This record gives sequence, C-alpha cells and structure tokens, in this order.
Amino acid sequence: MSENRIWKYGDNVNTDVIFAGKYTYTMTDPAEMAKVALEDLDPGFAAQVQPGDVIVAGRNWGNGSSREQAVTCLVELGIQAIIARSFARIYYRNAINNGLLVIECPALVDVAEDGDSLSIDMKQHEIAYNGERFKFPALPPSVQGIVAAGGLIPYLKRQGL
Amino acid sequence: MGRTFTEKILARAAGVADARAGEVLDVEPDIVLSHDNTAAIAGIFAQLPHERVKYPERLAITLDHAVPPPTQRHAKNHAEVREFVAAQGVRNFFEVGRGICHQVLCEEAVIGPGKVLVGADSHSTHYGWLGAFGAGIGRSEVAAVWATGQLWMRVPETLRVSLTGSLRRGVTSKDFALTLIGRLGGDGANYMAVEFDGDGITEMSPESRMVLPNMMAEMGAKNAYIAPDEVTWEWMAAQLERAGLSPEQVTARLAVLRDDAIYPDPEASYAQHVTIDLHEIEPSIARPHTVDHYAKVSELAGTAVDVGFIGTCTNGRLEDIAAAAEILRGQRLAKRLIVIPASSQVMEDAARAGYVADLIAAGATFGTPGCGPCMGNHMGVLAPGEVCISSANRNFQGRMGERDAEIYLASPAVVAASALTGTITHPEDITE
Repeated sequence: MSENRIWKYGDNVNTDVIFAGKYTYTMTDPAEMAKVALEDLDPGFAAQVQPGDVIVAGRNWGNGSSREQAVTCLVELGIQAIIARSFARIYYRNAINNGLLVIECPALVDVAEDGDSLSIDMKQHEIAYNGERFKFPALPPSVQGIVAAGGLIPYLKRQGL
Repeated sequence: MGRTFTEKILARAAGVADARAGEVLDVEPDIVLSHDNTAAIAGIFAQLPHERVKYPERLAITLDHAVPPPTQRHAKNHAEVREFVAAQGVRNFFEVGRGICHQVLCEEAVIGPGKVLVGADSHSTHYGWLGAFGAGIGRSEVAAVWATGQLWMRVPETLRVSLTGSLRRGVTSKDFALTLIGRLGGDGANYMAVEFDGDGITEMSPESRMVLPNMMAEMGAKNAYIAPDEVTWEWMAAQLERAGLSPEQVTARLAVLRDDAIYPDPEASYAQHVTIDLHEIEPSIARPHTVDHYAKVSELAGTAVDVGFIGTCTNGRLEDIAAAAEILRGQRLAKRLIVIPASSQVMEDAARAGYVADLIAAGATFGTPGCGPCMGNHMGVLAPGEVCISSANRNFQGRMGERDAEIYLASPAVVAASALTGTITHPEDITE
C-alpha cells in the first residue's frame, strides 16, 4: 500500500468546474484534457498533482453534465481514487467505466485534511488515515467485472461481445 | 403490489415480467442519442471489435451544441459526425440548424410514450414529459450500447411529486422547478426517478411540462415522468400532421402511441412523496453558482445584469419567446438580450407569429437554433465580471465560458424584464 496525498474539496463539485464545457468538442487528447482539470475550481491543481494522489470531497461529486472527460482528465493525471460522501449518478458510472476508483466513505471525509496522506487497502475495503481505519462498501457484484477489467471498453473487449 | 412507471418500463425494456427498485437489469434501449459528441464516441467505438452498430435504426444524432461551427476544430468535428452517420447508415440524423436534440426528437416523433432512451447528454431526463424513460449516460456507455444494444441499469427508487392548484399569473413551470430544486437540493433525487402527478400537471401546457423532467437532471434524477394525457396526444397529433401524415395516418399512429403508453399502478410504492400547492410558488431565481441556490425574484430585485439569454432545451420554445415578446413589444432593451430558439420549428413559428420582429425591434439578437452559450461552447459567452440572467438550466462557475462571471437562472419572462430594465425585475413590476 502506498501513501497517497489528499486533495480536499467541498460539496457539489460539478463537472463544469472539473472539465469546462468550452473544451468538450475540440479537445480530444487526454494529455491536453489533463492540463485543464479542475481549472475553475482549483487553478493550481493540474500543475501540482502527482500520480497516485487522491481526491477527497463532500456530497454529490460530479453533478451536472454527462461529459466523460471530467473522469478522463483525472485518470490521465494518475488520480488513484476519489473518496466522497456521495457521487452524482452519471459521474459514478463514468468513473467505473474508465477504471477510476470511486469510494463512498463519509466518515473519512469528516476527518481527512488537505495535504495529508492516506492509503487504500482494496482487499480489506479499508482506508488508513492518521492511524485510523475506515471501512467502505464493496462495489455491487454487477459492476465488479468492469472495474476488474479496467473499464467498460476493455471489459467488452475481454468478453468478446 | 403495484409498480412505479420506472419499474414497469425497465422491466419491459429488459424483457422480464416484473422488476422492483434496487434490481439490476440488462435493458435494451429503443433510442440512443448523441450529438456533437458523436465523433468522440465513434473513436471509442472504434476500439471495440464491432465494425457495425448493432441497431443503426435506434440511433438518433443531432448537431446542436456548437452550431454553425464557430471554429475549424468544431467544423472538423461536425464533418467526422457526418462521416460516421453515412458509414453506419443512421437515418435519424438532424443537421446544423434543426435544433436542440431534446426538442427535435420530440418534434420528429423519434421518441414516444413508453419508450426507453439513453443519451450522451445529462438532460436526457427531458423525455419524461411525454411518458418516456430518458436517462443520461457517458460516452463509453453509448459506444457500448451501439455495439451490444444493451446497458445495465439499477432500477431506481421513485420520488413522487404531486402538484395541486394552479400557478398564479406571471409564474411559470420554471419557477416551480427552481423552487423544488431549491427545497430538495441539487442531489435531492440522486439515483432516483421522479414522477409528477396531480391536477397542477393536468392544467399545464405541453411546453410548460417539458421544463419539469428536463430540470430534474439538476436534482440528480436518473429519469422523470409525466403521465401522457389528452394534452400529450393533441401535441403529438399536431406534430404528426405537420410531418405530412394524413388524418387517417395520424389516427393510426396515435392508436399505436396510446397502446405503448405506460402508467404507474395506483398502489405503487414510492421512496418519498412531496405535495406542492402551485398557488404558493413565487417568481423564483437560482443565484450563482448552483441551481439549488434559491431566491425569490423579489429578494434580488434591483441587482444589476449585463446580458440576458433566452433559449436552451429548458426554456427556448414558442411559449417562452412569446412571453418575452409580450414584455418587450414596443420597448427598447437597456441591456443585451440573446434569443436562441430551441428548434427551427420554434423559430419558424416565432417568426410567423411576429415575435421575432418584436424582439429584434426591441434590440434583441437571434442565434441559430441550438444550445448556444449555455455550456460555453458557442456564441454569447461571457466576459470577466459580467452578470448574465438566463432561462437555461445550469449556472455553475465557468458554465458560460468565463470563471469570473455570474449566472442567474430564471423564467424567460423574468429574463426579458431584467434585460429591459438592466436589473433583476419581475414583469409584473414594470411600470410604464
């Protein structure tokens, strides 16, 4: 288990501030998308974030548009997981479909602080932070196969559907 | 045990006899929607071994989000969409200028009651106004449905919203939607279906109804629903006549549409039930930067605005443009007003009714039917420090292209009155 730096944000972070609408039909390269990630929420984020870092946020992360680039840009930056009180439903599906780990763990969100580190144990479904351990629920069985394959498209390829 | 609309329609689309909230089903959508994002989805589809879309007749594609193309990159994107449409033999393709996907698919009767639509657009909840199931999904999922014809879905719990009474003069379904979202919050229906019912709905015009399922995306809903009734059938009949069907053909088609309609059982089980008296709804507004940041128009009266925007899939229809024309006829706008009809049909009707001339004479600017500046992609984007009052559905920071701008959401009448005076104004408060 590696230690992962926390980027902490509040409630109702929407897809417009994660990946702005003005880029949606012209920006096609994930590397380009990564450079504007969270631009209107935290302009310093994209330049400073390191692969393996995690985002910890409040309620309703990813509400608004269905744009999948709001997931793709964070995957490209190497974000290991987003841990939130809750996720907006389309974002939750998009994350799973792109192999981005999304964890609902309100107890961790209560105490986690920006700049601290945590580690995630996927076997035990536990997050270790500041000497404490926080349990989180396993994904529904119906989507575990998608996550295991690394996303929906690799999953479909593997299934040969 | 009774079933909700959503339980019934997802069971039907999954080919199972019965389904309950919480179950996961493999659903076969009747229609798969995409728009300017089709080229990007085609790129994902190309990673799959499938060369052909499984059911090309189920695809519906519009060019609407940045039309006509404002840059060469947008133009190239459109060209790639057309290539895909031709290569896959997609018949339900609507070109630049026809209008916003959600408006056009209803006008063209591509979607009807009892059908299941998934779309690469979060406002796909819209189709609930005519008794269909509509849900937004991501690009990868659209590519997957193109390839396999199927998508897994968890049957959502349902929030029932009953409307009693009538809206007062000068109050619209947009005011109601903003009030409901303000009350329940931006995640008030996250993962849920929303069913509207009650006398308050029966009285609403089709165009006023469309606002409600559309705006439920802003409460996180998976889908929303209004039961088809005589108002719905009349609207659909008029659209079919307009498409050139003979009276006999219209009657025959309507019989099929009525047969397809799905209604919730009276004893269906709801996760939550809210009843709202429409008479109590005040002219309402969403303040920057979230849709649930509620205020009454009266609380913000006098706040300076720089520009008004009337349009989008939420409030860019004939009724909306008529409301603006009523207020602005013979007047001169103090501030800029951008009007973008939701479709070419709306624009044609608004022109024939004289509304376009009224608004242009007052100083308004018209754009090509489409999404316009709603999500910062097309003309009408904001400058730093500007304040916009808009009839759209989202006011997130940076939504209209500029981080340091502010967006207020309101009904088209409030937008028109505010652009007329230069400050947030309710039309009833305009003194000659």
